Amino acid sequence: MTETPQAALRTAEVARHYQMGDATIRAVDGVSLEIAAGEFVALLGSSGSGKSTLLNLLAGLDRPSSGAIFAHGRNLSEMSGDELAKYRSLTVGMVFQSFNLLPRMTLEENVELPLRLAEVDRNVRSSRVREALERVGLSARLTHRPSELSGGEQQRASLARALVNRPTILLADEPTGNLDSRTGEEILNFIQQFNRELGMSVVMVTHEARLAERYAGRRFYLRDGKLSLNGDAQ
Amino acid sequence: MKTRDLMELASRNLREAMLRNTLTTLGIAVGVASLVAMLSLGIGLQKLLMGKLESSGLFNRVYVAPRNARNDNGGRGGRGGRGDVPLAPQPGEIKYLTTAVRQQFAALPNVTAVYPELRLTADLRYDDKGHVTAAASVPPEARGTGIFDSITGAFFSATNAAEAILQKELSQQLADEGKIQPKDLIGQMVTIRYPQRKPVPLEPGQRPEDFVANGEFGYGFTIVPTEVKVRIIGIVEGAQAGPGGFGGAPIMLPLEFVEQMHTVQGVDVREVVASPGEQVYASLTIMLNSPNNVQAVEDKVKELGFTAFSLFDAAKSLQKVFKFIDLFLAIFGSLALAVASLGIVNTLVMAILERRHEIGVLKALGAADRDVRRLFFTEAGAMGFFGGALGVFFGWAIGRIINWGVSLYLTSQNISSEDVWFVPLWLVGFAILFSILVSLGAGLYPASRAAKLDPVKALRYE
Repeated sequence: MTETPQAALRTAEVARHYQMGDATIRAVDGVSLEIAAGEFVALLGSSGSGKSTLLNLLAGLDRPSSGAIFAHGRNLSEMSGDELAKYRSLTVGMVFQSFNLLPRMTLEENVELPLRLAEVDRNVRSSRVREALERVGLSARLTHRPSELSGGEQQRASLARALVNRPTILLADEPTGNLDSRTGEEILNFIQQFNRELGMSVVMVTHEARLAERYAGRRFYLRDGKLSLNGDAQ
Repeated sequence: MKTRDLMELASRNLREAMLRNTLTTLGIAVGVASLVAMLSLGIGLQKLLMGKLESSGLFNRVYVAPRNARNDNGGRGGRGGRGDVPLAPQPGEIKYLTTAVRQQFAALPNVTAVYPELRLTADLRYDDKGHVTAAASVPPEARGTGIFDSITGAFFSATNAAEAILQKELSQQLADEGKIQPKDLIGQMVTIRYPQRKPVPLEPGQRPEDFVANGEFGYGFTIVPTEVKVRIIGIVEGAQAGPGGFGGAPIMLPLEFVEQMHTVQGVDVREVVASPGEQVYASLTIMLNSPNNVQAVEDKVKELGFTAFSLFDAAKSLQKVFKFIDLFLAIFGSLALAVASLGIVNTLVMAILERRHEIGVLKALGAADRDVRRLFFTEAGAMGFFGGALGVFFGWAIGRIINWGVSLYLTSQNISSEDVWFVPLWLVGFAILFSILVSLGAGLYPASRAAKLDPVKALRYE
């Protein structure tokens, strides 16, 4: 099965069900959407609506119970574990609400980690790390540990880590959830900058409709795992 | 992930939980130390015993006798059989142990000496009294075997010296008769009367080959009583007899001296006569540089058509027993390592619980299951390596202490001290490798469990 080359991501009736005792939880239930290369979209919905589950499926961290997900035309469901790991390493960059920086490592080491996993040559790593940290304005904090940084700085470091492997897709799971509104906007400005300057496709999960309206080109609303209304319809 | 990155990450992880990982590594070290200590005890005892046996010279000798094809197939060729016609061997049936064969044996690899065992009936004249007894030749190689270590007097000054060493019983008898102490015999001259072999001279026009053409009779020899004077230079408690043994007779004489005596040997006269003109030995003993080479030389001698046997088989059985003991000791020694390996499982399982979230992050950033598995394996292997190296050192130190203690005890008992503990280089390598393998084995379950962690669940875990 092939896909139109211009779509960075496309889901076709994708579903993710969990079994809890006798009950089946339909976290994502038959979602079909298409995100073009270079597009900035927001996934909105209340808690438990399935937006993070959908993001994990798009990130290749989870596999759908049914349906298919295409990233640049490649079906993630047909990928082996190693291929999915490579996809996570080279095609997507992830940003989390809780930053997920490794506390024992310095900022430099945290940002270098994706390069290690992608087996990037040791000689170019340092310049790539500095370049990424410079882009988020943290080049002076190379040797600091995450605990020595503010929340906003940690999220910026997390952004640097997400883009150090130069992925084409940025997946952000509530990137402003742990930040005050001013810092949150600062982070979203960075993401918007990556989207515009680097041409990265961005899928951002958020429950803040105001921010989504301001930054995302299109918005998809999820309710009980189903797509209820999308940005085109608005 | 590249190996260097893997090592760096593993090393960082190990340093993070320093106390726990150090304790686990110490546990492995104790296990390896126990294994090394047990095995080095077995190896040390084996080395001590085999060393003693080797120095006796018994296990590095091959005893060679001529082989009669007819004898091999049908006993002694009917000799002595009721109504059987005595059958003489045909030419070529017997391969004699000639001087040329002796030289051929001496040229074989790892052979240090080849010597015959010449025995004769001798009448020792001392104080105008005759003592009919046996005499035997002793090769110069006997000096290094430890058999003559307890000699009163000295060993032969040369292998052709007119000297004799007496066994204690005979010297006692002579001393009693002369009413002196046995040690007073040393330095005294005695006469030995013995039967000497003299070749019958060929008649004019006769050739040696004329007599061996039918393979039955040579041109022969006559036996004449002869005597030599020798000086008694030493008395021994009693040297070993038997195949390839040294001495084993009341009178011991240097080998070359006995060869020059041309004595009649108490062996099959027919064999001697059938090969005229050459020195023929009843048997030869081949001495080797190590018992390990006995089998090869024994096989070669048999291939050359002689009968050969050695005490090597006995040594092999002994080695088998030691292998069994070593195995037993290794199993006991490994028990501690097995317990230590449970410590590794425990440490790594704890590490999974602690680092669950981190594993999730690694996977989200592109780590494959394989990478996570290798990371945990590397950590287990590193603990195994350091534990193994430390354990070898502990095991060696324990050995040194016990050696010191044993030495102290033996010295206090007026016994020369011996090393009962020995750590060979291969054991060092083996113990470290074994420790790594056991640790990797212990890391199998935790590594597989870490690799299989669901990244979504792991990321949620705080």
